[in-house]
Amino acid sequence: MNHWLSPEEWTAVRLSLIVATTAMLASLPLGLAVALLLARGRFWGKSLLDAVVHLPLILPPVVTGYLLLVGFGRRGPIGEFLYDWFGIVLSFRWTGAALACAVMGFPLMVRAIRLSIEAVDRKLEDAAGTLGASPLWVFLVVTLPLCLPGIIAGMILCFAKAMGEFGATITFVSNIPGETQTLPSAIYTFTQVPGGDAGAMRLTLISIVISVAALFLSELMARMVGRRIAVE
Amino acid sequence: MSPVLDIAIRRRLGDFLLDASFTSEGRLTALFGSSGSGKTSLVNVVSGLIRPEAGHVRIEGETLVDTEAGIFLPKHRRRIGYVFQEARLFPHLTVRQNLLFGHWFVPRGTRKPAELDKVLGLLGIGHLLRRRPGALSGGEKQRVAIGRALLAEPRLLLMDEPLAALDEARKAEILPYIERLRDETRIPIVYVSHALAEVARLATTVAIVENGRIAACGPTADILSRPDLAARPRAPEASSLLTAEVIRFDEPFGLAQLKTRAGPLVIARGSLQAGQKLKIRVLASDVMLSLEPPTGISALNVLPGRITEISERTGPGGSTVHLRLICGEALIAARLTAKSAEMLELAPGKAVHAVIKSVSVETP
Repeated sequence: MNHWLSPEEWTAVRLSLIVATTAMLASLPLGLAVALLLARGRFWGKSLLDAVVHLPLILPPVVTGYLLLVGFGRRGPIGEFLYDWFGIVLSFRWTGAALACAVMGFPLMVRAIRLSIEAVDRKLEDAAGTLGASPLWVFLVVTLPLCLPGIIAGMILCFAKAMGEFGATITFVSNIPGETQTLPSAIYTFTQVPGGDAGAMRLTLISIVISVAALFLSELMARMVGRRIAVE
Repeated sequence: MSPVLDIAIRRRLGDFLLDASFTSEGRLTALFGSSGSGKTSLVNVVSGLIRPEAGHVRIEGETLVDTEAGIFLPKHRRRIGYVFQEARLFPHLTVRQNLLFGHWFVPRGTRKPAELDKVLGLLGIGHLLRRRPGALSGGEKQRVAIGRALLAEPRLLLMDEPLAALDEARKAEILPYIERLRDETRIPIVYVSHALAEVARLATTVAIVENGRIAACGPTADILSRPDLAARPRAPEASSLLTAEVIRFDEPFGLAQLKTRAGPLVIARGSLQAGQKLKIRVLASDVMLSLEPPTGISALNVLPGRITEISERTGPGGSTVHLRLICGEALIAARLTAKSAEMLELAPGKAVHAVIKSVSVETP
């Protein structure tokens, strides 16, 4: 691959994969919890939570990126706290890119998982309860396996969104080669310089390959899981 | 000795008030009533899926719920095997994993080695172990569901219309297994049904559920033949339930001679072996009464007896009465027109002869 990709381009590809994977894995526990809360919870402010979760889907990505910059920048209230207490810096780092991608992919992930939790037959959970399983065990051995296809779909959606995220990322963490320059940012950079067309095309092809591969993988996993839990 | 079941609960569900109390000593207690009478809600209270507002649930002396004492055992700690109307098998697990699901959750201290082989044999499902629920027939699913409940080492088995979703052939396939459960395991069973034939065949005790209340509760033969219960609007036909032993089988005519507590009976029901025990049921409308021993009639069974009860006039235009007589040591239910009852001057204490056609004796 190194023969036809320059080291900088190769770095952008690798960085994109790392950022997207991190975004997907890091938002999974919270995504699962929020999906569960929205699917099953009955509490005051549920529609408010629902709206907040969906906000990144509706807002212009640049707005989301700017809000992240305000909140998580070194001078931002959350950014300052994270730096003072844990020494974590997000702005202009790849971790910040992962945060931006996670925030943008979060509504897609929550939505997919929530729908699959809502589709789980509560009667099966009741049956598991009468067989001696405590609520936690019921969740682990009945609910979770039954909504696995939805979880996989949610993860893939989040990953795909993260791979393509541009507006929020570039606003929050800028476009620093080797640190925050993901595939879309690199393509954008190529289009801004004379003679960059070939590079932009190479990265575009890679983008397509990764997206199609992710789609195939999710299809394959969904089919494997789906065969196991064929509808009764 | 505490009763097997001691239940007295109250719970409002929307406009419906469940206010049921009864005790039962039976090995298999049937909750019998029409749809919407509250049978399922009642078993859901016993299983812990519904929390009663007031009352108690005790099983063989152990208190599961007592609102006055502040006791409410959550469903996963009740050890009650629940067989639902739709089998509710876990689609992501194999039959074997489904069967052993409850066994994993039995506390280690009290856990016995899984009697998987015994249960497989009892229910005839050994060949299904590797399959998934999606690949089973309705009858197979229901048998696996029963096995799953049994392997959780329950103190009580609840069966909520387990046959309702099955066709006649599948019902006939499962009924013998439920009889074996009743006779061979030590686990008491509560069986919900709106089918009288199932109740007559399986139950040792019947509780009649009506509008969220228990209208009557007692031994099956007594409840099914009671004139006052049969006289209520929309009540099923009363019937006499007898256990019988085949004395001999009359090959040329295909008739079986039976010994029952009501006296000797001849029935026309397939080929039977001498010594075989069976349950027989005679509908009240298939019993004729005569003051003298009748002669020159086709019916082969004439049982002398005495009237014990007569109901009020019921039926269309008050045209019929329900009676119960004691023949030998057994109770026989009969339904006659009010006119016949008046012509024969029937009254409690009067000696009569019950005439039963051999072809109308059923074996539920």
